[in-house]
Amino acid sequence: MRDDLRDLYQSVILEHARAPHNFHRLEDASLSAHGDNPMCGDQLTVFLRLDDGVIAEAGFIGHGCAIALASASLMTDLLRGRSAARAEQLFAALETMCGTNHPDEVDVPEQDRAAVDQLRVLSGVRAFPVRIRCATLAWHTMRAALHGKSHASSE
Amino acid sequence: MQASETSKTRELSGTAAVGGPPYRAPREEFPILSRPVNGRPLVWLDTAATAQKPRRVLDAMRSFSETRYANVHRGVHTLGYAATQAYEEARLRVAQFIGASGADEVIFVRGATEAINLVAASFGRSFISSGDEIIVTELEHHSNIVPWQLLRESTGAVLKVAPIADDGTLDLVQLEAMLGSRTRLVAVTHVSNVLGTVLPIATIARMAHAVGAHLLVDGCQAVPHRFVDVQAIGADFYAFSAHKMYGPTGIGVLWGRRELLAAMPPYQGGGEMIASVTFEQTTLKHPPHRFEAGTPPIIEANGLAAACDYLTDLGLARICGHEAALRAYALEGLATVPGLRVIGAGGNHEDGRAGIISFTMDGVHPHDVATVLDGSGIAIRAGHHCAQPLMQRLSVPATARVSFGLYNTTEDVDALVAGLGEVGEVFG
Repeated sequence: MRDDLRDLYQSVILEHARAPHNFHRLEDASLSAHGDNPMCGDQLTVFLRLDDGVIAEAGFIGHGCAIALASASLMTDLLRGRSAARAEQLFAALETMCGTNHPDEVDVPEQDRAAVDQLRVLSGVRAFPVRIRCATLAWHTMRAALHGKSHASSE
Repeated sequence: MQASETSKTRELSGTAAVGGPPYRAPREEFPILSRPVNGRPLVWLDTAATAQKPRRVLDAMRSFSETRYANVHRGVHTLGYAATQAYEEARLRVAQFIGASGADEVIFVRGATEAINLVAASFGRSFISSGDEIIVTELEHHSNIVPWQLLRESTGAVLKVAPIADDGTLDLVQLEAMLGSRTRLVAVTHVSNVLGTVLPIATIARMAHAVGAHLLVDGCQAVPHRFVDVQAIGADFYAFSAHKMYGPTGIGVLWGRRELLAAMPPYQGGGEMIASVTFEQTTLKHPPHRFEAGTPPIIEANGLAAACDYLTDLGLARICGHEAALRAYALEGLATVPGLRVIGAGGNHEDGRAGIISFTMDGVHPHDVATVLDGSGIAIRAGHHCAQPLMQRLSVPATARVSFGLYNTTEDVDALVAGLGEVGEVFG
């Protein structure tokens, strides 16, 4: 198999896709939003439970490709304990990694370094421009929820 | 399937039944098929989304542009006349190709989507009113759903949906039961773009006409793959796109029965569609020009005519036989792939299936299937195929779809099956 495909479908991605973490509805969610990718039909709902301005728990349901599911799985792990501002910072780092910049060039505050390292597995989408939105769907949806919007579309 | 068998193209059963020499896919006439993709020869299995272009179509557009190009129905100059002649000859060519009773029944539009919107806007707003019923099927593409929803919003018409069986065939008993005195229009696809189901249009036409309803057929997936005679099948409107039939983008056809078109108001206003204009009153042209406001796709019309010639010369019966044989061959190959499930297959329909197969693979999302295959130069479609209600009916969020064209070979199928083996290795 080609190297870029191997990068895209790293074993970590496949493991998360096969058994996504936090793959459930949060009955006591403070915020939630629905996200879809109209190009491909992927659909996720992201739930956030905030405690004193900090994301105490995150979960999601829906369906999507391996990249979309793995990204949502990782995201819901990494959001725990973060404020809205720090959640958005992490998304910004991911967007940069999935875009034009090499992961090593992403400028990350010290406190986020470990999280960003975990997200590196998603940076394989850089070689597959049409798949970038798969990696960011959950994050757009999370951002919509934080902004009080019910819906996000990764167009 | 043995690896040793994959090295050469086999002669397919099914093509012989049509007669003549065995069908040979004219790959060399399609320049794009010789380009590598991701280091492998391109295997184009996405013809249902759009068909690749043969040299004959490309040459026709280039030659017209280089020697006869001008705007149509305007200039008194030599080229204006030559371009108008070519444009109207293209219309006549299309009319012959689909069995229209005259060129005046052929309206050039941007594509099938615009054709259906034209009928909804013009025929719909004039002849469909509150409480009248429009019937579509669960198989429809969004382009044969949304225009009717918009019409429903503006007129108060009722939109009904005829169900399909699990094997993807239309339930004719239920369709007939839905038809009634309020039914104004039945709008159905000729061939499902997701499952390849071929609908019995002549039967549906008889049912619709028996209650005084008209029949619109979305022929996008039929016209490039089987012989279509719009009058013989009893349609009242027939819509299709050139780009799916090896012609250019930007042009499509609405065919309509002459008396229906004559009774319909314009769809858009502008140049080309008027006989005379004053600020007090505008006199409209007759069909088809009444429905062609503005400068039409002139170059593309020449490409479309060339595509009609191309398909006619190759022989639609032979193309249809070849693609049916490829479908059968592919189903055998796909049956060897672990965890692969063909969606909506297995029906025994008199008209069989067209060369379109949807499938899913256990534990692998269709997008991931498509991405891995693309790594081997194999292009398939993954997603909802602009038919989300059908996906809901089939209880799948998305499918992977392969669709065959006249240039595909058993080698393409073998590459697909090998590629799916690789998918299994990655995700297994």
